[in-house]
Amino acid sequence: MDLILIAVVSLGAIGLIAAIILYAASKKFAVYEDPRIAQVAEVLPQANCGGCGFPGCSGFAAACVKAGSLEGKLCPVGGQPTMVKVAAILGLEAAASEPKVAVVRCNGTCANRPLVTQYDGVRSCVIANSTYGGETGCTFGCLGCGDCVAACKFDAIHMNPETGLPEVDEDKCTACGACGKACPRGIIEIRPKGKNNRRVYVQCVNKDKGAVARKSCSAACIGCGKCVKVCPFEAITLANNLAYIDPAKCKSCRKCEMECPQQAIIAKNFPPRKPKAEGEAAAKPATAPKAAPVAAKPEAPAQAAPKEA
Amino acid sequence: MANKLIVSLSPHVHGNDSVQKNMYGVIIALVPALLVSFYMFGLGAVIVTLTSVIACLFFEWAITKFILKRERTTIMDGSAALTGLLLAFNLPSNLPLWIIIIGALVAIGIGKMTFGGLGCNPFNPALVGRIFLLISFPVQMTSWPVAGQLGSYTDVETAATPLALMKQAVHGNADALGQLPDAFSLFLGNNPGCIGEISSLALLLGLAYMLVKKIITWHIPVSILATVFVFSGLMHLANPAVYASPFTHLFTGGLMLGAIFMATDYVTSPMTHKGMIIYGVAIGFLTVVIRLFGAYPEGMSFAIFIMNAFTPLINTYCKPKRFGEVVKK
Amino acid sequence: MKTFRIGGVHPAENKLSAGKAIETLALPKQAVFPLSQHIGAPATPIVKKGDVVKVGTKIAEAGGFVSAAIFSSVSGKVNKVDSVIDASGYRKPAIFIDVDGDEWEESIDRSADLVKECTLTPEEIVAKVKNAGVVGMGGACFPTHVKLMPPPGCKAECVIINAVECEPYLTADHRLMLEKPDQILVGVSLLMKAAKVTKGYIGIENNKPDAIRLMTEKAAAYAGIEVVPLQVKYPQGGEKQLIDAVIGRQVPAPPAIPINVGAVVQNVGTAYAVYEAVMKNKPLFERVVTVTGKSLKNPSNFLTRMGTPMSQLIDAAGGLPEDTGKVIGGGPMMGKALVNTEVPICKGSSGVLIMNDKEAKRAEPQPCIRCAKCVSACPMGLEPYLLATCSSLQDWERVEKEMIMSCIECGSCQFTCPSHRPMLDYIRMGKGKVGGIIRARNAKK
Repeated sequence: MDLILIAVVSLGAIGLIAAIILYAASKKFAVYEDPRIAQVAEVLPQANCGGCGFPGCSGFAAACVKAGSLEGKLCPVGGQPTMVKVAAILGLEAAASEPKVAVVRCNGTCANRPLVTQYDGVRSCVIANSTYGGETGCTFGCLGCGDCVAACKFDAIHMNPETGLPEVDEDKCTACGACGKACPRGIIEIRPKGKNNRRVYVQCVNKDKGAVARKSCSAACIGCGKCVKVCPFEAITLANNLAYIDPAKCKSCRKCEMECPQQAIIAKNFPPRKPKAEGEAAAKPATAPKAAPVAAKPEAPAQAAPKEA
Repeated sequence: MANKLIVSLSPHVHGNDSVQKNMYGVIIALVPALLVSFYMFGLGAVIVTLTSVIACLFFEWAITKFILKRERTTIMDGSAALTGLLLAFNLPSNLPLWIIIIGALVAIGIGKMTFGGLGCNPFNPALVGRIFLLISFPVQMTSWPVAGQLGSYTDVETAATPLALMKQAVHGNADALGQLPDAFSLFLGNNPGCIGEISSLALLLGLAYMLVKKIITWHIPVSILATVFVFSGLMHLANPAVYASPFTHLFTGGLMLGAIFMATDYVTSPMTHKGMIIYGVAIGFLTVVIRLFGAYPEGMSFAIFIMNAFTPLINTYCKPKRFGEVVKK
Repeated sequence: MKTFRIGGVHPAENKLSAGKAIETLALPKQAVFPLSQHIGAPATPIVKKGDVVKVGTKIAEAGGFVSAAIFSSVSGKVNKVDSVIDASGYRKPAIFIDVDGDEWEESIDRSADLVKECTLTPEEIVAKVKNAGVVGMGGACFPTHVKLMPPPGCKAECVIINAVECEPYLTADHRLMLEKPDQILVGVSLLMKAAKVTKGYIGIENNKPDAIRLMTEKAAAYAGIEVVPLQVKYPQGGEKQLIDAVIGRQVPAPPAIPINVGAVVQNVGTAYAVYEAVMKNKPLFERVVTVTGKSLKNPSNFLTRMGTPMSQLIDAAGGLPEDTGKVIGGGPMMGKALVNTEVPICKGSSGVLIMNDKEAKRAEPQPCIRCAKCVSACPMGLEPYLLATCSSLQDWERVEKEMIMSCIECGSCQFTCPSHRPMLDYIRMGKGKVGGIIRARNAKK
């Protein structure tokens, strides 16, 4: 009986002393933190992907509370709905933003880009990139080792074994930008999703001269400039033998896609064209620039597309 | 040109060393001790060794294939065979088969594969197996057969080991030290105990082979043996009636086996020479402490086990001498 | 026998072409001169399409202090200034010259007479070396004039000539010593004069006893030059290892450089180039290149004009074997695997090594068994296994703390690894990243 008593009393005493110390310590070393930071962190996705540019979700929450304005702050994972919630907690206005998605700007599939050497090192794009130009003749294109896949926290990008290129799962992609940072060649770009999820972009980053680029990849941008001429909105610029479509100016008219001799420009998620439409589109350019300024909003091409389909 | 050029970063040549070469090198180094054990313990030694090796190989294969579901089997790399052999070396020759198999399962299953297989285990797998058996089956694990009964297995006569005598001396049995065989005959092989530990001579031959083949460096075995010698020597000088001579300490029990083969296990020993010496000295010290003051007669396996746990810490703090740290001449 | 103190390995030497005298290679049809053949800023072209050039005409001006001019090695017409895939595996700007005859600039002394007397001041020697576009010929291609002008606060005490040639297979330096010993020794004297020192050492590994004997014999006639035989150990040709081996001083961790311990290290080929530049007014446009490989019919040493495609050398050595798996520019330990055989010979091309398919393939890596052999082999006293693992886990802070920037990328760790782990691939990646982080940090300051 004594034994039990001693055990109970001694353990109880230890517990009590520990409790007092803990209580004293928590009072003494308490650090004041704005309670709104916790509230904001609550509505964030807690993916800690760093896509917002801050170290983790709590870092982003602290930055939002401290800044006093949400201008330029966006959680790419939660998107606009999350930012509206954050704004409500802080009593601020959420900055307008459009949804974005990662796009792979290389179409150097196994068929388009024949192998010229074999790489025999670590399967890492960064290391392969530091070794040499890559297994194909193109020294700008995808290396296919999948650093972007490893970097994605949302399971949104995967290598397609048939093409040897990564493919983005648009539903899962949160545009956090981790894949883009992981890619040593800057192939992956975060672009606005576009109206109705439709967007037009150059699927190539090759800066070689036309003949060299064409020799190494049949889908390479050769910098011919035809797209620049045909674009009615001046959305396309040509630099270092490479065309780039400015998403802010592009109205998704798809003229450039038609014009590109290399099929290096891709129009994503558009309904398929009728074969007949080709001639029609070629005849149209003269009228298009006139129509466009009137229908400044991208309704015009969006309407036109279903008709064609 | 027939094929596409291969491109990789330098170096483009390799020294042709391999995991297999190292593992089989250690196994070759164990052969002299194995032959001595067959000569001393006969059938029992053969049965125990074979069972242990085969069981270890089987568990390695079964776990990689059915539990880890890896495509490449690793049984040919020699590491499982080596674990099996070292485990057998740490068992008495009259141990029943089922206990050996449990030991092999613990060694490979818990000691090695749970951590991810070769290269990932924090403790020497053979030691995990041995210590598990020593604690679980203390009676079977500490009944040592008398050498020379070549045809028998579990039905042999058993006797006290020199280490047990030394322990008795510490506990006050004044005659015990007198019954010890002399150090030289212990050195040659008159050292009843586990299969692999009987002949210091054979084990030292193995050490010489490994040093010549550059499988291991001298740092660990030498620092362990030197520490044991010095520390037990000091104790002997202090009180020769109670503490046995340092030579007897060197040549009894699993000290040689442990210092040469168990403590030098690549995976669980430190990476730098400085660290290896710290590790060796600590093992030697702990061994003597356990032998003289602990409850168990033998402390080698516990000492190695404890220091295995300290290896990551040693690796963190013992850095090699960096180039340029040397002061100008 | 002297050698360096930490680590090192001994790969099979395979000096197949050691007994082959240097042959002069025929002129190429077209010579290609990449504009960055050296460490530092690329050179700026000063010729344009259609210009007629002679052998020794300057075709590109140095692009900065740490840079070097480039000279035509052929006479003919500039075809174009375009890009070519060089040893790095990437397209780099280059000058293409169509060869037409072999007309040399008049200022070059083409006689074989040995000129010993030099009345130039140290500054004039450095200026001549700079104007001849001389760079380190060992492979790193660091502009020589920069090394001869120590930064303020540093004083050179001796010149160390790297005649170690520790890379397996390569024999270019060995042959050069046997065939041009006096020219090299005059070059060394010039380097000593330029660096304002009185002591010069020539470090030679003792797998070249004939070169040691010849050089020791000849060096007696030159003041202050001593030949130091060294034990064969890789990477003795590393600048820091060589200083340690020869004068027993260790260069501290980066950013310290050899001049901080008073040493100026130059390759033996560089010494020869300096002789030619100063005494014969001949800019750097040709060099000795070893073409070798076990499968090659006729491993040889060629005196080759820069800009010659490697395929021409390989053809001259018996043609590319059917089973070729890898073509390496340089030696097997630190050379670069080439994308094709049309890569032009540059100032730093010490060799072309052909490996067959079987030799070329890396073995499949196995898990690290923590055998610590890489730690013992590392000549810089680093822990390669740790650097590789932390780099692969992208722990840049840790690898910086573990002194990844001290790594000289010699490959001893990977050479010795029983698990065939591609450690150096990861360490290079980590070094690149940490280097970037350090530069960014310094820029901020």
